[in-house]
Amino acid sequence: MSVLDSKVPKGPINDKWTTYKDKINLVNPANKRLIDVIVVGTGLAGGSAAATLAELGYNVKTFCFQDSPRRAHSIAAQGGINAAKNYQGDGDSTYRLFYDTVKGGDYRSREANVHRLAEVSVNIIDQCVAQGVPFARDYGGLLDNRSFGGVLVSRTFYAKGQTGQQLLLGAYSAMNRQIGRGKIKPYNRHEMLDVVIVDGKARGIIARNLVTGEIERHSAHAVVLGTGGYGNAFYLSTYAMGSNVTAAWKAHKRGAFFANPCFTQIHPTCIPVSGDHQSKLTLMSESLRNDGRIWVPAKLEDAKAIQEGKLKPTKIAEEDRDYFLERRYPAFGNLVPRDVASRAAKERCDAGFGVNATGEAVYLDFAAAIQRYGKEQAHVKGLDENDAALVTKLGKEMIKSKYGNLFQMYEKIIDENPYETPMMIFPAVHYTMGGIWVDYNLMTTVPGLYAIGEANFSDHGANRLGASALMQGLADGYFVLPYTIGDYLADDIRTGPISIDTPEFDEAENNVRERLDKLINNKGKYSVDHFHKRLGKIMWNKCGMSRNAKDLKEAINEIAALRKEFWEDVKIPGRADEYNEELAKAGRVADFLELGELFAKDALEREESCGGHFREEHQTEEGEAKRRKEFQYVAAWEYKGEPSDAVLHKEDLKYEDIEVKERSYK
Amino acid sequence: MKLTLKIWRQNDAKAKGKMMEYHLNDVSPDMSFLEMLDVLNQDLIDKDEEPIAFDHDCREGICGMCSMFINGRAHGPDREITVCQLHMRSFKDGDTITIEPWRAKAFPIIKDLIVDRSAFDRIQQAGGFISVNTSGNTQDANNILIAKDAADTAMDAATCIGCGACVASCKNSSAMLFVGAKVSQYALLPQGQVEAVDRVKNMVAQMDLEGFGNCTNTGACEVECPKGISLENIARMNRELVKANMIKF
Repeated sequence: MSVLDSKVPKGPINDKWTTYKDKINLVNPANKRLIDVIVVGTGLAGGSAAATLAELGYNVKTFCFQDSPRRAHSIAAQGGINAAKNYQGDGDSTYRLFYDTVKGGDYRSREANVHRLAEVSVNIIDQCVAQGVPFARDYGGLLDNRSFGGVLVSRTFYAKGQTGQQLLLGAYSAMNRQIGRGKIKPYNRHEMLDVVIVDGKARGIIARNLVTGEIERHSAHAVVLGTGGYGNAFYLSTYAMGSNVTAAWKAHKRGAFFANPCFTQIHPTCIPVSGDHQSKLTLMSESLRNDGRIWVPAKLEDAKAIQEGKLKPTKIAEEDRDYFLERRYPAFGNLVPRDVASRAAKERCDAGFGVNATGEAVYLDFAAAIQRYGKEQAHVKGLDENDAALVTKLGKEMIKSKYGNLFQMYEKIIDENPYETPMMIFPAVHYTMGGIWVDYNLMTTVPGLYAIGEANFSDHGANRLGASALMQGLADGYFVLPYTIGDYLADDIRTGPISIDTPEFDEAENNVRERLDKLINNKGKYSVDHFHKRLGKIMWNKCGMSRNAKDLKEAINEIAALRKEFWEDVKIPGRADEYNEELAKAGRVADFLELGELFAKDALEREESCGGHFREEHQTEEGEAKRRKEFQYVAAWEYKGEPSDAVLHKEDLKYEDIEVKERSYK
Repeated sequence: MKLTLKIWRQNDAKAKGKMMEYHLNDVSPDMSFLEMLDVLNQDLIDKDEEPIAFDHDCREGICGMCSMFINGRAHGPDREITVCQLHMRSFKDGDTITIEPWRAKAFPIIKDLIVDRSAFDRIQQAGGFISVNTSGNTQDANNILIAKDAADTAMDAATCIGCGACVASCKNSSAMLFVGAKVSQYALLPQGQVEAVDRVKNMVAQMDLEGFGNCTNTGACEVECPKGISLENIARMNRELVKANMIKF
C-alpha cells in the first residue's frame, strides 16, 4: 500500500466533483474572518486563489517577487484558454475535453482531476467575461474560438495573442478589489525562502524583502503555493528570468513529495538561439500552427545551401519541400501535440535538414495561408480573385489581424519580415508538467500546504495540450482550491492566530539566514550565471528532448559535481541587507542544482517513453514514443537529504472511464 | 561594436545618484539591450564591482517590468517595444548611450535604474475592476453580446502593460494614459457600465493623490507607449469623468 492517498472520491466520474462538494466541510462566514491564508505567487493560479479566498472572507496575504502581481509570467501566455463550451457546435463536450487532455498527457495524469478540470472550464469563461476580459468576438458579438494542437474541435478562447495577459489582469483586478477592501495584504518584491511546519502542519513562511533584504516571518492557518514551474533549470527557456523552483523546492525539503520532475514540455515553436549571449528564448504561439505550415527542404543539398546562406527558402520549389508533420501525421498535420511536433523537428534537424547557420531550426510558413485568406477576402468583397498582388495584400492584412503582435515580436528579434519569408523556429523548454504532488484537494503531503497551477503535477500527465495551462491555473485558483481548502480549515476555526514567536519559526529563520550568510560570504571565483549556464547545458544535452540511460547517469554525476563546485566557488557581490539581485539569483540556482539532479534521476528511473519524456531505448520502429504499462504511475519523490537519496513513492494511475490506447495522431 | 555607456547609479531612495561611465568592447548587434547589460554586469562582477540594478523579467515585452530611459527616450529609440525587445542593431559602433531610470515624483528610485511603481497598483485598487464575485455562477458568457468593434477597441486599451513609460515621457509626469486605458477598457464594455461613475472618479482621485501631473495634450506618452495605446483613451477618460460629475444619485 502506497503512502500516497489521492483521496479521489468514489462514484461515477461525472458526479464525483459535484457530490464531493456537497459533502465536504464548510467554514461559516463569521469564522472565515478568524482564518489566515498565505498565497505565494500571484500568477493565474495564485492570483485567482487569493482573490477568491479573500472574497469568501479569509484574511489573505500574497507574496510575489515581482514589483506587482500583474507581472507574473502567466502574462506571457499568448494563444488562448480551452473550455468545453461547444459554442462552435463542432461536437465538443466535457467528456471530449477530458478525453483529449488525458490522451494528450499520454495517460499519465489522474483521471478524476482532469475530469473536474474539464467540468469547471466552462465556468472560467463565464467568470472572465463577467469581469471584463475582452475576449475576441465575431461580428454577431458572440465569442470567437480557434483550434490548438492535439484536438479536433475549436474550443480555444483568446484575446489576440495576449490571452494570458488579459486573464492575468482579470485575476489581478479581482485581487485589487479585495486589496481595496483590506482582505488581501500584498507583499510584492518578496521571496519565500522557507515553509514553517508546526505540529506537522504548514503554518507560515519565511520571506525575504527583496528591496531591503529584511527576513520576515509570516504565519497563517494554511499556505498555498502558486509558484509556477521549474523550466529555468535549463537556463534557456521561455520562462521569465525570475521564474524559479525555490518555493516548491523548500516545500519539498519540508516534506512535500515532488512528482514526475522529468515531465517537461519542450515547445516546438520558439525563436532559435542566436548566440552565447542569449538570456532567454521567445515563444511563438501555438495558434500560429492553425495557419502556418512547418517544413524543411526535402533535399540535403538545399538544406546545406540554406545553412551557408546561399539559398533563400522562397526559392525552393513546392515539390522540394518536406512538410514533415503533414507527411507523418496526416490526421492532425501541423496541429499535432507539442511533444510530437518538437521531436519531429529535432529528428529532421539531427538528420541535417535544419535551416539556419547552426542547423537547429525549421520553417513555419504562412505563404499558403496568406493566399488562402487573400482569395477568400477578395471573393467576399467582390474583388478580383486572380489579381495576385491584391490577393497577397488582403491575405497579409488578415494574417496581421490574427497574429500581428507575434509577427512584430518575431521581426524585432530576428530582423526579418515573416510576412515575406518563412519564420524560423526551434523547440525550447516551455512548461513543466511535473511539480509538487497533490491529492484531489490539491493538498501536498504536508497538511495545510497546497500547490496549485503549474506548481503542482496533477492535470497534464506527461504532456500538456496547448491552451490548457491557463485553464488549469484558473480552475485551481477560482473553482477548486477555494472549496477544498475549506474542508481542511473547518478544523481551524478555534485555533486562533498562529504565533510567529515559536521555536519552529526560529529554526526556519535561522536556516534561511545561515544559507544567505554562506552565499554572501563565499567570495568565490565565478558568478551565479556561470553556474546556471553550465547547469542548463547539462540539462539540455542530457535531459532534453531525447534521453538515454548513459546520458542521464552522467547528468546525475555532473550536476552533483557542479553543485559542489557552486557552493565552493560562487561569487556574490554586495550585501545581504540590501537590494541584491545576484544574491536572490544565487539562492534560486542553488535550488535548481538540487532539483536538476532529481530530474535526471526521475528520468532514469522512468524506463519508458511517454509525452515529453522520450527515452531512446523505448521507441517504436517509426520512432514514436513507446509507453509501458508497468510505468502507469506517478513517481513522487520524498526528500531525504541529497537528491540521490530521494525515495520513490508510486501512485498507481487507474483509468476507468478512458481506455488506455496507443496515442496516435496519424 | 564598441560602446560607451553612461548609466545612472544610485544606492537607494535617499542616496544621491550620479552618472557613471562604462565601456564595452565586444557587443554583438544580435544581442538584446538587456543582454548587453548582462555582459556589462558580468564584467563588473568579475572586477569585484557592484552590478547595475535594473528591473526585468519576461524579456519578451509583456510583463512591463523593464523600464529604462535610453538616450532621452523611454524604452529607447525604437517604436512600440519595451527595452527587452530593443536590439543592439539599433545602435552603431562607437556610440555613447545614456541610460537613466524613469523620472517622476510618484516613482521614487529604489536602486540604480529600478523605480517603485506601486502607485500604479494603488490606482487600480481604487477602481480598476468590475465588482463581480469569482464564483463562476454568472450568466453564460455568450449572453453578453459585445460588438466586435467595441471588443477590439477595449482590447486595444487593455493591452497596457503598466510599465510607466507614459509617465516617464510626459513633461508633467502624468499617468493619464495609464488610467485612461483602464477606464476605457471598462467604459467600452457593457460589464463596466454599472460602476462607471465610481470607477472613474475613484481612479482619478487616487491618481492625483499619488502626485502624478495633469495632461496638457503633448502626446509624448502615445509616441513612447510600447503597446501603442492611443491618446483617445485620455479623451474617453475625461468624457467619463465629466459624465460622472454630472450624475447625482
